[in-house]
Amino acid sequence: MSSLIAFAESFWALTIIKIGLLLIIVMTVNAYLTWFERKVVALMQSRVGPHRVGPHGLLQPAADGLKFLFKEDAMPAGVDKFVYLLAPFLALTLALASLAVIPFGPKPLPFKYFGNHIDLWITNPDIGLLVLFSITALGVYGVALAGWASNSKYPLLGSLRSSAQMVSYELSMTMSVVGVLLMANSFSLTDIISRQDSSRHGLLDWNIIGFFHGGFTQIVGFLCFFISAIAETNRVPFDLPEAESELVAGFHTEYSSFKFAMFFIAEYTSMITVSSLCAILFFGGWNSPFPSAPIWNFTHYLPSLILLPFGLWVIYDGLKYETIFGKVILPGMGTAIAALGAALVVFPTVNEYIQAPFWLLAKIFFFLFFYVWARGTLPRFRYDQLMNIGWKLLLPVSIANVIITAGFVLFRSIP
Amino acid sequence: MSPALLIFFVLAALAVIGALSLILQKHPIHSALSLIVVMVSLAGLYLLLGAEFVAAVQIIVYGGAIMVLFVFVIMLLNAEEEEHTDFSKLAKFGGLPLALALTGLLAAAMVHHAGSVPNATNPDALANTSSISMMLFSTFVYPFELTSFLILVAIMGALVLAQREKS
Repeated sequence: MSSLIAFAESFWALTIIKIGLLLIIVMTVNAYLTWFERKVVALMQSRVGPHRVGPHGLLQPAADGLKFLFKEDAMPAGVDKFVYLLAPFLALTLALASLAVIPFGPKPLPFKYFGNHIDLWITNPDIGLLVLFSITALGVYGVALAGWASNSKYPLLGSLRSSAQMVSYELSMTMSVVGVLLMANSFSLTDIISRQDSSRHGLLDWNIIGFFHGGFTQIVGFLCFFISAIAETNRVPFDLPEAESELVAGFHTEYSSFKFAMFFIAEYTSMITVSSLCAILFFGGWNSPFPSAPIWNFTHYLPSLILLPFGLWVIYDGLKYETIFGKVILPGMGTAIAALGAALVVFPTVNEYIQAPFWLLAKIFFFLFFYVWARGTLPRFRYDQLMNIGWKLLLPVSIANVIITAGFVLFRSIP
Repeated sequence: MSPALLIFFVLAALAVIGALSLILQKHPIHSALSLIVVMVSLAGLYLLLGAEFVAAVQIIVYGGAIMVLFVFVIMLLNAEEEEHTDFSKLAKFGGLPLALALTGLLAAAMVHHAGSVPNATNPDALANTSSISMMLFSTFVYPFELTSFLILVAIMGALVLAQREKS
């Protein structure tokens, strides 16, 4: 009994709690990311988007989740059972595992868990970025094995395409961040962020400009990274593995019910990971885009400035509905959001603390929007174009970026 | 039993089981998957020794790049299940004694040096990426450059072989 209590108070228990919390949060965000994507794409195409289930279609993700659970779980004849079942598990676990090394804020929470600091990350290894790349390297298997095990021609073609695509783009993705690593002199994500400390020049201190910290602009590196990352996550315009006009649904054609949902969740989770990486590596992570001079202090109230009107609008909007969800829950949520915004004004220490996570989350949200934006606007590439872009454009350009950045870092480090 | 020792035994068992399954599986894809298990558990063992960089590189290079190529080729060739033939005579009569001899030799060496073997944990030298690169570019610069040269030659060879088909 005493050893149980000792465990419950230990660092291990804290980590398990944090993992559980992060899982719940990420799953919710994933669910509403599908809603967000459908709404934004609908707006771009002058449609309404989901609006039947709940106000603004807000309960659509819940309905979809239930649907996934209750659908018949069909397994095609002649599949390699073990590999067929392993593939979605691999895809989902690897996608979720990569979130463990993403840091969400610099300072531990102001209170302690039985004497343990509560940091805003699950783990912060010295080789954080390498861990992420090794998880990406293994991520190919989920897609490749799914297509192979399905015993069907379209999935096989889809997974062959995607293995080739992911292997090709992994190279340029890895090469494009070397510039950032050279400037930060570390693989640790927290080091990379603190290197872009924006207290003096604001957003000019970020790696995307990169000039003030003895480096060179990483805008080329960022473009290479983001394009390759979109290809790695199999999203439009690089979604050839599941090109529905040619391959039905690509590698997950033969997966139904919750196994399909697992691939779906894996895809959206890796979108979140890539967006966080873009924010962390090139856009200053949790550093605010404004310098810390007193003249900029008003920007500390930006979270309240967003939360307060948004909460009031949700209350106003909810009262227009006649259903219980609209009449009760929406105004309730609105009150909570508005109260949070007001509380941040009243308690400056809390406001100070949430600045860093706020900026990181805002940047992650921006890149998620960018994903959806790309999906709403760009047509799919042809396969030979895709290979040409990867090998003949992105790889040479990112290698050139490494050489130029290395030259600048070396030149500027000479006193 | 300390947690580290427990993790060591789990990983070591995984590596051995993976290696056995690599040989015993009939389907090439299953064998390739078993090899991935071996690679990843080896990476875990490196991590346990404090060699973070080596562990990550082990997964990226072996677990990722090389094994993806294996799986890719097996998928492309659409390899079927293989039938186990009768063991060759050499394996039957030479294999078991040789395996026993090797195991005996290793066991004898381990027993003989028990206690006097230096601890492999050396986090300062291995974990730090910059110290690894310092070693690569100073003490071991010749082997490093020679290996790079060898790889370059191999790439050129592959290119030449692939090109000859066309002309």
